[in-house]
Parts: sequence; structure tokens; C-alpha cells
Amino acid sequence: MLGEAQLSDKENIAIDVRDAVKRYGDFTALKTISLSIMDNEFFTLLGPSGCGKTTLLRMIAGFEAVTEGAIYLYGDEIENLPPNKRPVNTVFQNYALFPHMTILDNVAFGLEMRGKSKSEARKKSGEMLELVQLSQFSARKPSQLSGGQQQRVALARALAPQPKVLLLDEPLSALDLKLRKAMQLELKHLQRETGITFIFVTHDQEEALTMSDRIAVMSAGELQQLGAPTDIYERPHNMFVADFIGETNLLEVSVDGIDNGRATCHLGGGHELTCNAVDGVGVGSKVHMSIRPERLYMSAEPVETEGLHGRVKDNIFVGTDITTIVHLDEGPDFVVRTSNSDRGNKRIFEPGAEMFVNMELGAARLLVD
Amino acid sequence: MAAGAASGGSATTDTYKEARTWLLLPAWVTLSILVLAPVLMMLIYSFLTKEFRGGVIWEFSLAAYDQFFFDRGLFGDEPPKIEWTYITIFWRSIWQAAAATLLSLAIGFPTAYFIATRSENMRPVWVFLITIPYWVNLLIRTVSMKFLLRDQGPLNDFLMNIGLIDSPLHIVNTNFAVQLGLFYSYLPFMVLPIYAAVERYNFALSEAAADLYASKWTTLRRILLPAVKPGVFAGCILVFVPSMGSFLAPDLLGGAKNFMIGSLIEEQFKGNAGNWPFGAAASMVLLTMVLIILMFSARQQAKADKAGG
Repeated sequence: MLGEAQLSDKENIAIDVRDAVKRYGDFTALKTISLSIMDNEFFTLLGPSGCGKTTLLRMIAGFEAVTEGAIYLYGDEIENLPPNKRPVNTVFQNYALFPHMTILDNVAFGLEMRGKSKSEARKKSGEMLELVQLSQFSARKPSQLSGGQQQRVALARALAPQPKVLLLDEPLSALDLKLRKAMQLELKHLQRETGITFIFVTHDQEEALTMSDRIAVMSAGELQQLGAPTDIYERPHNMFVADFIGETNLLEVSVDGIDNGRATCHLGGGHELTCNAVDGVGVGSKVHMSIRPERLYMSAEPVETEGLHGRVKDNIFVGTDITTIVHLDEGPDFVVRTSNSDRGNKRIFEPGAEMFVNMELGAARLLVD
Repeated sequence: MAAGAASGGSATTDTYKEARTWLLLPAWVTLSILVLAPVLMMLIYSFLTKEFRGGVIWEFSLAAYDQFFFDRGLFGDEPPKIEWTYITIFWRSIWQAAAATLLSLAIGFPTAYFIATRSENMRPVWVFLITIPYWVNLLIRTVSMKFLLRDQGPLNDFLMNIGLIDSPLHIVNTNFAVQLGLFYSYLPFMVLPIYAAVERYNFALSEAAADLYASKWTTLRRILLPAVKPGVFAGCILVFVPSMGSFLAPDLLGGAKNFMIGSLIEEQFKGNAGNWPFGAAASMVLLTMVLIILMFSARQQAKADKAGG
């Protein structure tokens, strides 16, 4: 039975990082990270700069040695393989296209190195360029292309040798917003089409949420939370994740009682809230709570038992939404977001108006620290 | 008013032009005195008649060039044949310089690469170390080279002591000794331009090549070398050109058999045996050869660049 499980793991787990540590002298860039990236998955390493996400990617690519622990590629340890022997390819942050070669030769390079004949490599590269819609530029030099086009060449070049895993190191960070959005969709589409496992590194949480099957949130060399985008967004594990992903109301609360999986929390100013209890947060603990602004709504009378009474301070129009800043009686400030498309159902109050802030049970989330 | 404004505008432009002319003047004067005048003088001297024991007689003559290229017998009355003596010396200079250049490249490139890949604050230290031997006069360095290489010198002693050879290698007075001397004289001129090029090189390109299954050797040949080619080219020229006209290394390390064009020219101007027009003519031939080689390689370079893209 164990043997069978291992066999299926070998096929299902593209990259298995086991207790990997990376130290540069005294500085620890990665503190004992373990994670499994599944076959055919769009996996994102998300975190602020310096969190170790790029280091981990470079360890998988083979550019950095693993100080402790091991990395497995479809069940095989790859620590002793140099980068040119690993069946993984990288899309570099600044593309790293070979400036003296044409676009076609750039894309054909990896195929040639893998022993394909020049004509075969060129034919295959032509197809790859078609896939990224750059066929007409194949005779040009990289410097003659725009940033977005260079980006797609880098992508075609890395995909051409059909790697088992594609590593993407903040590939969209140099593009402007509109192009970035278009490329996000294109990347996701390409991943589905090719069936290759993508490991994507980014500091942009929106990008990560848009594209990923699963996200590993990292900070200060540690894994903070691993899960699907909805998990990470709706059920952040700790302060860092709640704060880093999306916009949220972070409130200091004390847990007064836990009963039947529900925790009663005190917000200060006499306000009370009930939310789902979380492992690691016991009665009497003072912790933070995260409530997404779009999960809140306002009403003239309390809708649920614990409507929080307060006064509107200001309304800010931000295109798709209206952001309302609410001051609870003797309590903290709240940000409430109402979608413009929802204005039929949900009420907007003028500044100064008294009202109640309401939410569903699952909206408030207790954080471990 | 409008006219006044217009003339004011043109006056500024004129002042600017004038200022530029005056500011460039020192450069032009320096160039004329240090480059154009000597070459022109050399050109004129090469067409004058020689005075015995040095100096020239101001009388037009093609004798110097005639002597360089043609053999008319001992008394100058036979039909002209090609004179191979000087052409041979010339040819030897070219390939000695080429060998020294290749040697410098073989040693200089890895050295430059090594320096360029050190940490940013160590690089200037290494560059500084490279230049230290060059604080000593070239003559002294070449003479010490001779002492190092001679039959009873430290190099042979060392090789015999570790048992690598039984009898001393005769290095001094060979072509190889001259190449070594030239290599040693001009190595920094190879290292520094290549260092500058490698330092500017984007090492992410090497990573990308390795990522795309290229071996270290292939990465060097197909990615790094094309990127730093201008530096390599500059280094080769900076070693080749002075090597070709050099006379210290061939004189001291090569002996009488391994005469190079620099020594030939030097002999025409030094001491009593001098023949100034002949020396000037040989210099002009050297200058022309160097120019042709430079133009040829520059064209090859341009062609390669165009073919690459």
C-alpha cells in the first residue's frame, strides 16, 4: 500500500520541497520550507521582496544550492543536477533574451541544446512563436521588440523544449497595467493548453489571486499560508496574510467565550461579534480579527442580532465601488465597501448618518497572531 | 522689435559655434603636433636622400623604398629582384605579434573574467594588482625576463629540481622568448578592455543559457563571447599593434636571428650606421600594414555583426 502511494506521488507531485533551508553565511534566506507542487498546477509563490520566494525558485532551477533538505522533481532528487541537466525552464524577470540572436534563434536555442537538428529546432520554434502570436517578428533582434513582445518571446523560449516544470520569476513586473492584465489571462490559458506545471513568483497579490490554482504566501523566509486563492483570501491564517492579501479591516479583539465552534469576541466600546472559532485561539486571548470590507453591509435597523451601531464618517467613490468609512460608537473605525451594482439591495448612508454595520457569520476571521 | 529678437537669437547661435571652435582648438593643436606632424615628417624623410652617419640631404629620392623592396646587386647595377630580407623581417614581425596576441588572449581572457566576477569591492584591488609590475620600466622588465628564462636561470632551475626536465630548456634567443616578452609587456592592454566588457555583461544571460541546457563551454562560446567581442577585439588590437613595432623584446630576448621590424627601424636612427630615409620608409610600410590590418579586421567585425543580426 505504501509503495502504491509513493508511485502515485511520483506522478502527481511535480516538485517536492522537503525541509529546504538556504543560508548565505549568517543570513538565513529560507527557514525550513516544505511544500508539494502538483502536476499540471499553476502554483504561485507570493510575498514581498526579500521574502525568499525568488531564492526558492532559483533553488528549483539549480542556480542556488540547497543548504539543508532536498528538492525532488517527480520523485527524483535533483540537488546534484546542474541547471543545464534539469528538465525545468525559467522565464527570467528581465527576460534575459540573447541580444545578438534573432527571435527565432532565441527560441530555438534550448531545442538545439537538447540535440534537435537546426531545421527541426527552427520548425518547432516557429510553432512556438505562432502560439504567442509573434511569427512575424522571428527575424528581428530582441532590442527591436517592445517589452510585452520580449516577454512573450521569453515565454516561448522557455516552453519550446517542453520542460516538465516552467518557472516564472516575476515575468510581468516590467509591463504596464493593461498589458499585465492581458498577459495574466494569456499565461493562464497557456498553462491549461500546454499542461505544464507552472511555478510563478510574484509580489502582486492580485496577480496571484487571478492566475493561481494554489498560492504559497511567504514572508521573511517562512511559509505563511498555503492554499487556493479563495482559502487565502477568505480564511487568512495570520495577520501577515490578512494584511498582505487584499484590503481588510484589522481589529484588535479579545475572545470572551467559545461555544460549539463559535467564538464571542469583544471589540471594545461595548461591541460584540460572533465568529467561527479557530485552532490556536483560546478563551481570553487578545488577537486580531480580519473582516473584508465587501463582506460588510449597512442598515438603518440591526439585521442580525449583533449589528454594530455607528456613524458614517465619509463616502469615497472609487469607480466600481463606494467605500464608506464608519466610526463605531466608542469603538474602532470600519471600512465598508458596497459594489455599485449592489446599490439596489444595499443602502448607502450620507456622512453623519447613524446606522448599523452587519455581516454574515463567516465574514469575520480570527487570526493566529 | 521682432527683427531685434531674431538677430539676438542668431547671435547666440553664432557665439555657440564660435565657442565650440575655440574649445576644440587645443585638441586640434595637440593632435597636429603629436600625430599629424611626426607622420608627415616621416613621410617626407622617407622620400629624401640619405646622408652618411645619419641625417638627410634635401633631395627627392625613391632609394629608401627601392632598397626595402628590391635587390639590385652589390653595386646597384643588376636588374631588380624582389628583396626578401626586409619582407621576411616584416612577415616575422606580423606572426610574432600575432602569436603574442593569442598568448595574451589565452591568459588575459580568463584573468579578466576572474576579475569581473569578483565582488564589487574586490575588483579594483585585482585591477590594481595587475598593473603593479608595470610601474617598473619596460627595459628592466624585459632584462629580468631574460634572466628568468636563461639556461641557468630560476625557471630552468625549478623545472630541473622538480624533475620535469633533465637539461635546461633553451628559451632565450628563440621566437618563443620574444613572444613571451611581448606577451608580458602588453598583457594589461588585453586584460583591461576585456575586463570592462565582461563587467558590463549581463550574467543572467549565462543563467538563461544554462537553463536552456547549454554546457558551460557552449555558454562561453555562444553567449558570453559574442557579448564581449568588442572588448576582445580592442584588447587584441592594443596588444598586436605595439607588439609589431616593438624592439626591446626581440632585441633582448630574440637575439640576432629573430630580428623584428622595430629593431630594423631603431637601427636606422641610432648610432652611426643610420640611414634615416630607409628607417622612415620602413616606418611608413609598418604604418600602412597596421592600417590595412586594422581596416580589414574592422570590416570583418562589422560583417560578423551584420551576419549575427
